[in-house]
Amino acid sequence: MLHGFLPSLIEGAGTTLSVGVCSLLIAMILGIAGALMKLSRSRILRGAATLYTTVIRGVPDLVLMLLIFYGGQLGINALAPLVGIHSVIDINPFIAGVATIGFIFGAYLTETFRGAIMTIPPGQREAGIAYGMTPLQVFLRIVFPQMVRFALPGFTNNWLVLVKSTALVSIIGLSDMMNRASLAAGSTREPFTFYLAVAILYLIITSVSILLLRTIEKRYSLGVRTSA
Amino acid sequence: MLNLDVMLSNLPLYFSGALVTVKLLAVSLFAGLACAIPLAILRASHNPWLSRPVWLFTYVFRGTPLLVQLFLVYYGLAQFTWMRESIVWPLFSSAWFCAMFTFAVNTCAYTIEILAGALAATNHGEVEAAKAMGMSPITLYRRILLPSALRRSLPAYSNEAIMMLHGTSLASIVTLLDITGAAREVNSRYYLPFEAFITAAMFYMALTFILVSLFHFAEKRWLSHLAPRI
Repeated sequence: MLHGFLPSLIEGAGTTLSVGVCSLLIAMILGIAGALMKLSRSRILRGAATLYTTVIRGVPDLVLMLLIFYGGQLGINALAPLVGIHSVIDINPFIAGVATIGFIFGAYLTETFRGAIMTIPPGQREAGIAYGMTPLQVFLRIVFPQMVRFALPGFTNNWLVLVKSTALVSIIGLSDMMNRASLAAGSTREPFTFYLAVAILYLIITSVSILLLRTIEKRYSLGVRTSA
Repeated sequence: MLNLDVMLSNLPLYFSGALVTVKLLAVSLFAGLACAIPLAILRASHNPWLSRPVWLFTYVFRGTPLLVQLFLVYYGLAQFTWMRESIVWPLFSSAWFCAMFTFAVNTCAYTIEILAGALAATNHGEVEAAKAMGMSPITLYRRILLPSALRRSLPAYSNEAIMMLHGTSLASIVTLLDITGAAREVNSRYYLPFEAFITAAMFYMALTFILVSLFHFAEKRWLSHLAPRI
């Protein structure tokens, strides 16, 4: 099937998924940090988080990716001699891709998480403080477990958009599905067949994600209905 | 730090790129919306024979990356001899047309879901009242359902328009000299990635803010009846 290129495409799908999952982890960390910064009392932290989300959401992913890939390369090689490294460093496209996508979707998740945290009544946090919990304990024990439930719908959307943006990493030379399909298309002169195969693989990934996340959402809302 | 001379001397290239971006965006948003209105009516219909095919179309186009769709149209179609011999081939062999076509179909899929959601959320009392007044189905859509649903779609549609603005940057991959294309050109000529892409980012931010304020104005004009009082 597919002139023997199917295993290569499947392997590329693995790369696509690992780029997706790694960047999701970075995005979640940045998103929680950004949400806490936006809700903090310090004007500097709020300003920094607002700048982050405004700039990222105003610029296309492709431009940011090219900026981080080419710019990061130049920046690291300019800084390397300062720490005593004198050889030329090549940025790994996997790291550049994961860093960029994680950084971009951190901004979108900041908004999702901020909205989720705001739905938790402030009285609960005050009660936690009154019990003598530290702010970190309040976050981990009270805010975070409830926030997950409120954040799930927005999180699902963000994940679906994120998976689709992973196709861009092929532009900076990572051998994901898209990149392998281009190679196969070049050698067989059947571009439609291979890009269609990639489209189907993406459709499978998004469909499975939707089903999985819907199950998780159902489980969470089941608990809410019985307790209410 | 930044080489301002290169940034300033290449501004004309960026401005002509911005023109390409705006043209791509305007044509695809307009064509996408024009096709989305009738399809959204089908999508919101209770007849599964009408709504299911439209659902399948939007599901496939919303579930796959825009880049894959663009490559399928721009590189993929040339695989078929019948396509290369058909009368539409001169159109599909141009990167301009392929980009506009793909962006229009893509934004159409998202717009259908936004509009169909708004149509389905229409207060049923309004529909009953219109029927009681003796309106025909066409009059009902023209006077009641569509004006109200289009207005209520504005906030979600503004997001879609911004996503599409960002999506047009993919046109640079199929050789068009839009804003991103200009930036890639500058980067390859001078090898100054920060200058090249930061200038592009500023152009996109400016366009995003213009778009946001246009939609803000549109919401004030057409959606003020739903704005919170006080």
